[in-house]
Amino acid sequence: MSLLRLVDVSFRYPGAPAVLDGISVEAREAALVAVVGPNGAGKSTLLDVVAGLKRPEAGRCLVNGLDVNRAGRDEVCRMVAHVPQQTPSGIPFTVEEVVLTGRIPYGRGLYENEEDHEAMEQAIARMRLEEFRRRRFDSLSGGEKQRVLLAAALCQQSPVLLLDEPSAHLDPENQAQLWKLLGELRDMGRLVLVVTHHLALAARHADRVWVLHHGKLAADGAADAALEPELLERVFHVPFHRYVNGEGRVFLGYGH
Amino acid sequence: MEKGGCFWVMATELGATAPASPDLRARARTVFVLSLLAAAVSVAVCPLVGGSGLDYGRVWAGQAPDWPILINLRLPRALLALLAGAALSGSGAMFQALLRDALATPSSLGVTAASALGAVVAIAFFPSETSWFPVVWISALAGAGAVIALVAALSRSHKRFSAFTLLLTGIAVNGICSALILLLHSLAGITKAFQITHWLMGGIAAVEYPVLALLALVIVPVNIWVLRLARVLNVISYGEAWAAGRGVDCRSVTLRGFIAGTVLVGTTTAVTGPIAFVGLIVPHLLRRIVGPDYRLLLPASIFGGGAFLVVCDTISRSVLAPVEIPVGVATALLGGPFFVWILWSR
Repeated sequence: MSLLRLVDVSFRYPGAPAVLDGISVEAREAALVAVVGPNGAGKSTLLDVVAGLKRPEAGRCLVNGLDVNRAGRDEVCRMVAHVPQQTPSGIPFTVEEVVLTGRIPYGRGLYENEEDHEAMEQAIARMRLEEFRRRRFDSLSGGEKQRVLLAAALCQQSPVLLLDEPSAHLDPENQAQLWKLLGELRDMGRLVLVVTHHLALAARHADRVWVLHHGKLAADGAADAALEPELLERVFHVPFHRYVNGEGRVFLGYGH
Repeated sequence: MEKGGCFWVMATELGATAPASPDLRARARTVFVLSLLAAAVSVAVCPLVGGSGLDYGRVWAGQAPDWPILINLRLPRALLALLAGAALSGSGAMFQALLRDALATPSSLGVTAASALGAVVAIAFFPSETSWFPVVWISALAGAGAVIALVAALSRSHKRFSAFTLLLTGIAVNGICSALILLLHSLAGITKAFQITHWLMGGIAAVEYPVLALLALVIVPVNIWVLRLARVLNVISYGEAWAAGRGVDCRSVTLRGFIAGTVLVGTTTAVTGPIAFVGLIVPHLLRRIVGPDYRLLLPASIFGGGAFLVVCDTISRSVLAPVEIPVGVATALLGGPFFVWILWSR
């Protein structure tokens, strides 16, 4: 059974052109997949559809065999953890409390149990949040908030993790840490889909790259094959250059 | 979420570092017991206080007229205030989470105005010589029922149903009902117009114990159901996108929450008339004391709101005795300045 399978998925907002147009793609096993494409290509919508937050007008989305549009939200969220692009604001809770929201799919009792607290401790340790675990979420910087939200998603302990531009607010050190962590999660058996505009990081770290263009899957393959300069130039309308160093590492540059 | 976000920050700013909460259950138990105690003390003590002093010796001996005054007039009145305050304050706290707007009140959905219109229709069209009082209750309940029907109709449309749509619908319902109340008031004769004005001022009156039992049968179970929503309300206050990503069916919770709130507010308003401020200020004040977690805030609001209204009613019947001032005046005059002081003193 595939971890993720999208079958001819289309989505459009009322009266607008299709945001996703007949996308079929499959991820059989754990992988770190970068989803790239220009603004408006449908990247975030694709993650929303996989998370069951948007219902496609056609097609099916199966996570571990579970149809995300037919199953209950609890069940879906035990399979898929989604970190949206926009950071919630005006949250009066502490870092620990925000991380514990990842345990909601596991029980609706009034209080979290020991297992929930264990999962929170692991997520806090993995995201290195110990020093501000009792600080109010709203008092953190953008990058720190991003790490807290990622910890909440980890606390959800789902086999599929969807991250929408997770490195947008992170400094270079934390970006490197994040991609290293995503690689570790992949090694632990998770499928990680990351929407990103950092093509160079995607080329370096991702096992697979999905290039979206006008709601269609323009390329799907290993980073060095999918991030092909001619395709990228057609998609992003700027010339791309690719260099491979002596160790076989791929570097991407763009511009005239 | 952004819309109400600044208010959440405003209402809960306790410094950058929140206090450690090693045992939330223990804190919740303490808050529950203390707020229950406050409610119990208010009901036990307030009936003993009043403009015409009771002879406690006669009360102790069960002698007239003090004992009947306490048992048949003041105690049911205090119990009604307790139930009404609990319903208004509990639903106010819940609406503030569901709408992600700290200025939301039980009347935000138009329930209070619709109930009031129902009552005003009954007063205007039924002869006042007959026993019109139960008719007013039933008509006020029908007004609240109409709002539930409207919410249920909206919920059938996936595209139109959201907390924001409900809030805007509530504003429209409030406007329409207020206009119709004004129209009926202006067309009614002088006696009816006076009755309408009196009802619209809201008030706690001594009611029969069976009426109290009936009210309790509605308010207690619905409030217990609301209490069970507390953990989910915490997550919904982050915004629908985050809550949905954590497994919360926001549409279903919002619909059920609104219906529960409408039942609480509609039932209460039918008996007491509109009472302003309780559902807004009590949750706000308590949020500053117990924090933003609804597992603490909801029980505190329910019992605290009840105790607050019992005290306000005692003041309203005592301060200018034998003249009574409407309890809504007491809640606004007591709570309003305190609320402003809190906002300015941060």
